[in-house]
Formats: sequence, C-alpha cells, structure tokens
Amino acid sequence: MKSLDQIWVQNLSLLTGYSLLAGLIFWGARSERWRSAWRRLKGDTVGLISFAVILVYLLIGTLESIAVPSASGSRSLLQQLTRSIPQETSYAAPLASTALSLSDPKPLKSRHLLGTDALGRDTFVQTLRATRSALWIGGLTSLIYIPLGVLLGMMAGYYKGWVDDLVQYVYSTVAAVPEILMLVSILMVLGKGLGSMSIALGITGWVGMARLIRGETLRQVERPYIAAAKAMGQSNWKIITRHLLPNVMHLVLIKFVLGFSGLVLAEAVLSYLGVGAPVGTASWGTMIDASRSELSREPLVWWNLTAASSALFVMVLALNLFGDSLRRAFDPKQGA
Amino acid sequence: MFAYLLRRLFFFIPIVFGVMLLTFVLFFVVQSPDATARRVLGQKATPKSVENWLHNRGYDKPLLINHTPGKPWHDSLFIHQMGRLATFDLGTSDVSGRPLREVFAQGVLPSLLLTLPAFLLSIALGVGLALYLVFIRNAVVDLAASLFCVALMSVPVMVYVIFGQFVVAQVLNYFPAFGFELSGWSTPKFLLLPVVLMVVSGLGADVRLFRALFLEEMGQDYIRTARAKGVSTVQVLMRHVLKNGLINLITLVVASLPFLIMGSLLLENFFGIPGLGNVLFTAIQAPDFAVVQASVFLGSLLYLGGLLLTDVCYAWADPRIRLQ
Repeated sequence: MKSLDQIWVQNLSLLTGYSLLAGLIFWGARSERWRSAWRRLKGDTVGLISFAVILVYLLIGTLESIAVPSASGSRSLLQQLTRSIPQETSYAAPLASTALSLSDPKPLKSRHLLGTDALGRDTFVQTLRATRSALWIGGLTSLIYIPLGVLLGMMAGYYKGWVDDLVQYVYSTVAAVPEILMLVSILMVLGKGLGSMSIALGITGWVGMARLIRGETLRQVERPYIAAAKAMGQSNWKIITRHLLPNVMHLVLIKFVLGFSGLVLAEAVLSYLGVGAPVGTASWGTMIDASRSELSREPLVWWNLTAASSALFVMVLALNLFGDSLRRAFDPKQGA
Repeated sequence: MFAYLLRRLFFFIPIVFGVMLLTFVLFFVVQSPDATARRVLGQKATPKSVENWLHNRGYDKPLLINHTPGKPWHDSLFIHQMGRLATFDLGTSDVSGRPLREVFAQGVLPSLLLTLPAFLLSIALGVGLALYLVFIRNAVVDLAASLFCVALMSVPVMVYVIFGQFVVAQVLNYFPAFGFELSGWSTPKFLLLPVVLMVVSGLGADVRLFRALFLEEMGQDYIRTARAKGVSTVQVLMRHVLKNGLINLITLVVASLPFLIMGSLLLENFFGIPGLGNVLFTAIQAPDFAVVQASVFLGSLLYLGGLLLTDVCYAWADPRIRLQ
C-alpha cells in the first residue's frame, strides 16, 4: 500500500497499534488470572529473555517505522541515525578494507560490520531495516484477524443454532483451501505489498482463532456466572463483551504471540515466492531470495543470507519461546 | 458406516460450492477477465489479441446473467465456470494452452516420490525421538530437547534448503544439487537430499506434537496399573504408550495424507523436481491464473478427502466409535 509511505499515516497507525496493545495489557492486568500469570512469568528465565529480545526487535522496527522529514521527502529515524555509514558500489566482505573483487580490489569508504550487498548498502543496516516489514505484517494482520476471529467465535459459541452453523460453514470453506494456495491466489490478484499481504494472511488467519474461541465459549457458557448474568437480565451483547471476553482474552494473547511468529515466517516465505514485499521494501524474505545466487559466486558471498536468516530465526525463536512461556504461565497445570 | 460416509460426502457439497464461489469471486470479480488477459499476455498485447484470448477461453461472456437477446440467460461466465468445475473439467493453462488435467497428472508421480518417503521417515523418526524423550524423563534433557525443537521450527524452509544444498552439494560435492530423472537407480540419488531436508524441516514440530501425545498417554490410569503390576518401563512404553499413542497419532496425521500429492512448493523448485509443487511455483511466477485456480479447487477436494480418511481411521482404530 502506497499510503503507508506517507509520514503522518505511518506515524499515526504506529501510535494506534501501540496504544491498542497497551490498552489490552492494562485492561487484562485488572484480572486476577493475568496477575498470577505475570507472577509466574517473572520466575521464568527463558520467558523473560525471549521477551527482552522481542522488545529489542520492537524498538528497531519502531525506529524504522517513525518517519522524519528530510531533504528528499521523508526518511526513517533509523536511516537518520545510520546516515554516517557510507554506501559502496558493490559487494564488500565483513570488516574488509577493499571491495570484493578479484581483478580490481578498490579501497572502501569505510569498514562494514556485516559487509555490503550487491548495491553496496550496509548489510547490517539493511537487516535492521527489514525488521519493519516483519513487524508491520504481524501487527496489521493481527489487527485484522483477531477481532474477526474472536467476535465470530464468541457469537458462534454463545448464540449456537443458525449463527453457529453459518460461522462454521464459512470457516470450513476457508479452511478447505490449503493455506499457501489461498495466500498465493489472493496475493496474485491483489498484487504485492505489505497491505495486501496482511489482508491475505488475515483472511486465512481468523479461522484458527474463531475455532479456538468458539470451543472455549461453548465451555464457558455452561458456567454458572453466565447463567447468573442472564438471570440478572443483562443483554446478550453485554454478556459477550463484559463476561465472556475477559474469560477468553488470555487465549487470545497466547495465540497472538504464537501467531505472530507464524506471520513473520509467512512474510519471509511469501516475499521469497515473489508475491510478498514490494520491490524497494527491505524484507528478510527478499534478502534471502536475492542471496540465493550469491552462494555460487566466486568469491563466495555468504553474509547477506546469514544476516537475514539469523535475524529472522532469532525473532521467530523468541516469539515461539515467549508464547510457550505465556501458555505455561496462564495454565500451570498443563506443563510444557 | 457406509451410510455415515455417504452423509458426510453430502455435507461436503456446500463446502465445495463455497470454494468454487470463492475462486470465482477472486479470479473473475476482484480481478476482471480483462485484467487477467493483460497480465498473462503482457504489456505489449494489442486489443485484438486480448479479445481473441478472452474469446478462446469463453471469458468474454457476461459475468452473471446473459441479457443479450437471442442467447439463453445461463450463457454466462459464472454458470460456465461452475459447470466446468462441477464436471472436473480443469480447463487449459493460461500460458501454454495445455490441458491442465495432463499437466497435473504428469506431476503426481515425482511429487509422491518426494513426499511419501519424507512423510513415512519423519513419522518414524519423530515417534522414535519422542518415545526416547518420554523414556528418559530427565528435566535437563527435556528442556534442551524442547528448546531444540522450537529452534528447528523457527528456521524458514528456504533457509534449510539453501544451506543444505550449499553444504552437501556444493562444498562436499556429494549429491547432485539439482535435477531429476525417472529411471531406476538415479532417481533416489536426486531425491535423497530433498527428502532429508523435508524431514529435518518438519522434525521439530513433529517431535513436540508426538511427545505431548505420548505424555498424555503416560498420565492415564492403565499405565499406573501396569507399573503397579511391575511391568518394566520399556515394556510400558512399547506395549501400552506406543500402541495407544499411535492410534491418536495415526488419526492426526492421516488428514495430511492426501496433500502428499501436492508435493512441496519450495523444495521441488529448488531441486528441479517436476512435481505439482513446481507446476504451482512456475504458475505463480508466470503468472498463470488457470493453474492456481485449478490447484485451489483440487486442494480443497484433497482436504475434504483427508477429513473423510480421518473419520474412517477413527472408527478403524477405536472400536468404541461407531459411525452412524
């Protein structure tokens, strides 16, 4: 989506995303279940470390997402901070002082921690910048699929009858198409871009959430507190939002974190397939795609592939571990 | 049982219809046939050639209802497309014009040669490792193993493939890095590396799932009884946990059995295996919308087939379940 590149749209939606997340956590923190989960999480070393790693990624992605005005339109805060690193003309090995060329090793303008890519851009900076694509895909898609899945799942589980039949029919139909085929077809029709990728992932993603929430809702409506609320004459809508929602919200949080790692991986695979991130947008998937031919070069260019896949791996690993820690914290009986 | 399966099949009809509707909306409404023609034929296509392309495929009909006097109302794109899919007529490729039935039929064997061994091997390996973890029951090993599994799950498939292809084929010069031949002993040589990579890339998730299944079985009452009787740990694992765990496991993995036909999108392209995954990969790059549309339809049929297989498997593995 082109509109993402406009300064104020970008900064405003970033702010909205963060306030939503903060609101969710503050709202959840009122309940005893969330507080005891937090107490358990504080004793979980793996969980805390992975949470810290996620925060670092969030910081980097935020720096790249904040747009500041510059001479040529706008640039990101991260670009502004790293502007002292010069651009070379072609490949340079990590910490090398001369360009990567057997016939003509020219001296470089400066040393580069992780070398440079085919266009002479610093690999380390490019890898950091690509964090933005991953975070935007994860964030935007979550904004689409979580409200949709939670609402439909709760309605199906609460109203039962034809509402349940309809919701189940729709998600069975969507689930019947293998996910990768669905994603590819939607993206082929909508075209490349972070926005269309989020829409495609949102359309396939809500099914799992709706199934999970429907199941939990079916269990919750049998509980006495729902009967009590009904006996007090509360409207269905109020029961759903005031009573059911807080009781399924911890499942949403766990699914959100674990789903985020899947979305980051999906972004890389789709970009690799050539239906994901548009040309000119830094993304780990496109970096990996570009580096495929670099391994057969002489001399070997390995740093682009290594940098992009390590950054991707560490982020997905941290999200997966943190999601597991959250699940253990909320449900200590289930164990690992 | 037969009656049950027939009824199940009957319930699949609305879902298949829903999928057909979905693909129609996506490929003919969201993107008009005109736009499809332009993207397939390229920027330089003349209006005449676009018109011809549309006419040859019957894409120039009105979308929903034909209002042209002298033509029947049902002579429309929607009715035609639905009728085509309902009679399993997959149409022809947008790019080469070859009938898709032929294209797909050719890809089934190479795909199965890749995915079937990988599927069997990963289950065998996954079950073995999971049983071993349940057997030793050591906190440190458990933590290390679960960290390792999550780590294996966190690597994208293409990174496995790029590294695998590079290290084994280029540095060690051990296997052919690329290509495929359907003749006797050279076929396994080409398939070995992709099969291994497919197993490794899925191993983390498999071991985690299987371990959870076996652990759940370990908590059952009959295990306590067996232990109280004095049955050794190995015997408990082999006779009770494995046997009962396998029932759950088979019913879980059998749903993915039909998808083996579809092959692997990334692996087949990397290694030049001419299977269905490769057909799809080429279609994405082309772009060839007819191939993608037909794959969506076939993929959903395979999914429903998997559901049916799961039901049958449940009834077969657990005599308490009667399908009525």
